Amino acid sequence: MKQLIYLDNAATTKTRPEVVEAMLPYFTEYYGNPSSVYEFSGISKKAVQDSREIIAGSLGAKTNEIYFTAGGSESDNWALIATAEAYADKGKHIITSKIEHHAVLHTCEYLEKRGFDITYLNVDENGSIKLDELKKAIRPDTILISIMFANNEIGTIEPIKEIGEIAKEHKILFHTDAVQAFGHVPINVDEYHIDMLSASGHKINGPKGIGFLYIRTGVKSRSFIHGGGQERKRRAGTENVTGIVGFGKAVELAVAGMEERTRKETELREYLMERVMKEVPYTRINGSRKSRLSNNVNFAFQFIEGESLLIMLDMKGICGSSGSACTSGSLDPSHVLLAIGLPHEIAHGSLRLTLDEVNTREEMDYVVEAIKEIVAKLRSMSPLYEDYIRHQGN
Amino acid sequence: MYTEKVMDHFEHPRNVGEIENASGMGTVGNAKCGDIMRIYLDIDDNQIIQDVKFKTFGCGAAVATSSMATEMVKGKSVQEAMEVTNKAVCEALDGLPPVKVHCSLLAEEAIHAALWDYATKHDIKIEGLEKPKSDIGEEEVEEEY
Repeated sequence: MKQLIYLDNAATTKTRPEVVEAMLPYFTEYYGNPSSVYEFSGISKKAVQDSREIIAGSLGAKTNEIYFTAGGSESDNWALIATAEAYADKGKHIITSKIEHHAVLHTCEYLEKRGFDITYLNVDENGSIKLDELKKAIRPDTILISIMFANNEIGTIEPIKEIGEIAKEHKILFHTDAVQAFGHVPINVDEYHIDMLSASGHKINGPKGIGFLYIRTGVKSRSFIHGGGQERKRRAGTENVTGIVGFGKAVELAVAGMEERTRKETELREYLMERVMKEVPYTRINGSRKSRLSNNVNFAFQFIEGESLLIMLDMKGICGSSGSACTSGSLDPSHVLLAIGLPHEIAHGSLRLTLDEVNTREEMDYVVEAIKEIVAKLRSMSPLYEDYIRHQGN
Repeated sequence: MYTEKVMDHFEHPRNVGEIENASGMGTVGNAKCGDIMRIYLDIDDNQIIQDVKFKTFGCGAAVATSSMATEMVKGKSVQEAMEVTNKAVCEALDGLPPVKVHCSLLAEEAIHAALWDYATKHDIKIEGLEKPKSDIGEEEVEEEY
C-alpha cells in the first residue's frame, strides 16, 4: 500500500497494540460469561470490574456509576430517552444545542414526536453555546440539559463547568456527550456537576463497539436494553468482555499520556493551521482558536467543494473528512458549520483533519503541500473562483 | 464508490477552461446545494460544436460528468448535442452511485443552458430545447461575495 497519513482520528483511531494485547486472552483463554457461577467465569467478571474501576477513577466517579454500552450512540440514546421517560411526570422540556452529534439530535427528534418539547440552543461563531441563552431557555418543566463536551467537527470545547453549575442551581439533570473529549481532556464529574456522560472506546485508541454511560447515583433511569440482569439490571446483554478490557486499557493509557499527547498534538495543530492560513488564500479556520480539542483542525476553503478535495487528498494517501453535502449524504452541508454562521457555499468547502500524537512535522509539511496543490487545481476549475477573479479585475 | 471511468475523468478532467467570446455559455446549479456547472461552446456557421470548455464547483461525480459531457458534445451538431442526456452521460461513465445521479442531470442542463444562450443570441431554433430553469446567471453569483 502507498504511504498513509491518517488524519481522521475524530472518526476513529488505531487500536493500540497494548490494548489488543490486553484483550487477546479474553477471546481464547478466559472466555467465560461473567454472569456464570463457576470460578473460571470469575476471571472475566473481575476483568470487567477492573476496567470499570479504571474508567470510574478517570472521571472521579464511583465504580457502580459506570454502565457499559455498545458505544457512544447507544449511551446518548439511553441517556435521553430513559431520562425523558423517567421524569416525564415532572416535565417534558429538554434543552440541547444545534451542534450536537446526530446521536443526540435524532434522538431529540424522536422524543419530539412523542410529545416532548426540545429547545435547540444557538452557538456563537466559534461554536460555543451562549450561557445567557441557556438560562433564558430554562422553564419549570425542564427536566434535562444535554450539551456535548466538545464538538466532533470543529473541536470547540463547550463551557461545561458553567453549564453544570446552571443545571445544578435549577435542579435540572445535566447530560454531556463526551465522545470526543473523554480521554483527551481532564474531566471530573463532580467538579463539572455532570449527572450523565457518554463516551466511546474507539475514539481513544480502544476497540470499536464498546462505550459507557456514566449515571450519577440517585438519577432515576430506566433500563434501555431489556433482558438479563447485567449492569445492575440497567443494561441487559452478556458483557462485551474483550471490548471492556480493551476500553479499560485504552483509558489507562490515555489518562497516563494525556499531558504529553495534548502538548504534541497542539504543537502540530498550530503548525498546520498557521502554514495553511499563511500559504492558502481565501481560507478560514472553523471553531474556537482557544477552547479547542488538541487534535482538531477544521478549514473552509472558499470556491471549492469538500468531496473533490477529499478524493484528491486520498490519491495522495491522506485521510480526512468534510462537512460538504456530498459527504454528509444529504443536500445540506454540515449542521454544525451552518450553526456557526457559515454560508452554504463556504460550508461545502470544509476540511476536517484530526491528528494523533504519532503524526510528525514532516507529515504536516507534506499535507500542506498537497492542500496547496489541490486547492489551486480545484479553484482553477471552479466557476465561483472564475467569477470572483473576474469581479476583482473590474 | 466511483467506477474507474468516473475516477479517470475526475483525476484527468477533459476540456477544463473558458472560451473567450463563446458562441454560447450556460451556468446551472447553485452554491447552496454544492454543485455549479458552467459550459462554454464554440459553434461554427454550420452549427457544429468546434470546441467546448467547462468549469465545475462540485463533488467527484459533478466534475466527472462535466468532463464526459464535454467530450460527448464536441464535434457534434447542435441538434445532435441534444441527444447527450443525463442517462447517456451516466452510461458512458459506467454508472454513478444512486445518490450522485442528480449530478449527471446538471451536466445535461448545463449543455442545454449553453445551447439556449447560443440559440437566443443567433436567433436559431433548436428542436426540443427549452429555456433553462436553473441558470443562475452572473448577477446572482456576484451577490455571494
